[in-house]
Amino acid sequence: METSTVNSNFKSEEYFINMGPQHPATHGVLRLLLTIDGEIIKKVEPDLGYIHRSIEKMCERDSYQQIVHLTDRMDYLSSHINNEAVCLTVENALQLEIPDRVKVIRTIIGELTRIASHTLWWGVTGMDIGALTTYFYGFRDREMINDIFEETCGARLTMNYNIPGGLMFDIHPNFVKRTKDFIAHFKTKLPEYDRLLTGNVIFQKRMKGIGLLSKEDAISFGASGPVGRGSGYSCDVRKHHPYSAYDKVKFNEIMKTEGDTFARYQVRVEEMWESMSIIEQLIDNIPEGEHQVATKAVIKLPKGEFYQKVETARGELGVYIISTGTKNPYRLKFRSPGFSNLSLLNHITVGEKIADLVATMATLDLVIPDIDR
Amino acid sequence: MDSMKDFKRESMTNEALQNIINSWFPNSISQTVATEASIETETSATKESVSSNGLEFTEEDSQFLNVTVQPELLHKLMSQLKSNSETQFDYLFCLSGVDWGEELGVVYHLESTTFRHSIVVKVQTKDRENPVFDSVYDIWATADFHEREVFDFFGIKFNNHPNLKRLFLTEDWVGFPLRKDYVDEINMVIK
Repeated sequence: METSTVNSNFKSEEYFINMGPQHPATHGVLRLLLTIDGEIIKKVEPDLGYIHRSIEKMCERDSYQQIVHLTDRMDYLSSHINNEAVCLTVENALQLEIPDRVKVIRTIIGELTRIASHTLWWGVTGMDIGALTTYFYGFRDREMINDIFEETCGARLTMNYNIPGGLMFDIHPNFVKRTKDFIAHFKTKLPEYDRLLTGNVIFQKRMKGIGLLSKEDAISFGASGPVGRGSGYSCDVRKHHPYSAYDKVKFNEIMKTEGDTFARYQVRVEEMWESMSIIEQLIDNIPEGEHQVATKAVIKLPKGEFYQKVETARGELGVYIISTGTKNPYRLKFRSPGFSNLSLLNHITVGEKIADLVATMATLDLVIPDIDR
Repeated sequence: MDSMKDFKRESMTNEALQNIINSWFPNSISQTVATEASIETETSATKESVSSNGLEFTEEDSQFLNVTVQPELLHKLMSQLKSNSETQFDYLFCLSGVDWGEELGVVYHLESTTFRHSIVVKVQTKDRENPVFDSVYDIWATADFHEREVFDFFGIKFNNHPNLKRLFLTEDWVGFPLRKDYVDEINMVIK
């Protein structure tokens, strides 16, 4: 039999293929060097730095007010929360007493940011898998939040609403009404997300059982946010190290134990319900008071080291400031959630197919400027 | 049983952490040193204590307990912190390189997901030409990328790291940009 001879002589061969830096599924300028055998992935090696701006070095030159304008360019979908992290670090170092009004407004906008980020993620995840409709649904609802942000502070994406000491402006008179309108609207739309995508059999078959991450590995790789919680790892900074008004609200930490891409998907969708619940608890009870406390024109932190962690839409963002008592930080390190979440990509995709890599990467929800900084 | 379990889950105080860490390094006489020091200088109420095993503890200027360790003891200390049943520091949440001016160093922020206590481990060297520490990649997988980032920006090498090469910058980049003595005439960041 000639065909069988041919088959036994047919050798499989490993070869390299570039995914990115301009690949639609990487959602930014990330290059993955894949070692593949046929369609099976043998190794994934991320090549970073395409959008590296050395924000940490720039911070060593900047005053603490200026640093806030850089952090919303890291994870631009969590810009408000990034800025909040820097402001909290500076405020804690100065031992400033922040008015309750500021804390509550920061929390409400933080949760709106989370919903906006998750709706965008939901839209593009569907698109990555091949369901283009989700993209328009997600962007339609996110638009309402961006409009609220625009009215509040003038910016839709890279907002600079936080300043050390409070907020740049007080909230717009329409803020409460528009936020309530959005919640009422989104409560009717989020079940549509489930009907359109979550319950879809084809979608579930694409998502279930791939990209498996155990709880031990999640902790070891420093996974955080929905990536960690999809593996049953309780890592919500809002629960374990509450900041702003998170100690005053009741919400559930969404956790799944499956550890696959579908679990991470479910965590994000269900988190949007929790975010809405947090906003509803606070929106009618915004305390009266000042929207900022006076700080000196030149802020000098006392000598020492300060660390603050917050929960962005992607996970745990840490700000580590070493101060020598001058108006600039001596060293400022951002521990970004996407950086650690990307580092486990190779671990969870080896042995799977290229198409599964796209689905797995979608549920890691990577934002490249957050990784490159 | 349940009350025992609850008790077990309680996080350790900084003092208890300091004692247990000292007990891992038997040539420690830190407690006698501490008492002698407190007798000699009663007024100086610094929280700092140096022991003969080279460990230096301080809570000054920081919200965490800080341990400075000699490079040769780093890996042993780190694997103990992770594996010991009472400390269980299984989560390395931040790994930063720092240029202290004369010394180059690495700062490790650790937390236990069981007990929720934290500690900061610091290591530094005066050797700016060839700074080398042991990698902790085998203890926490997240150190893989973080140590590569430190190598990229500070030029600190890590023994036994599986893939130590530049992470963000290109392979032919000259110098280490986050060092304080780094000069770049073209891409001026610091005025």
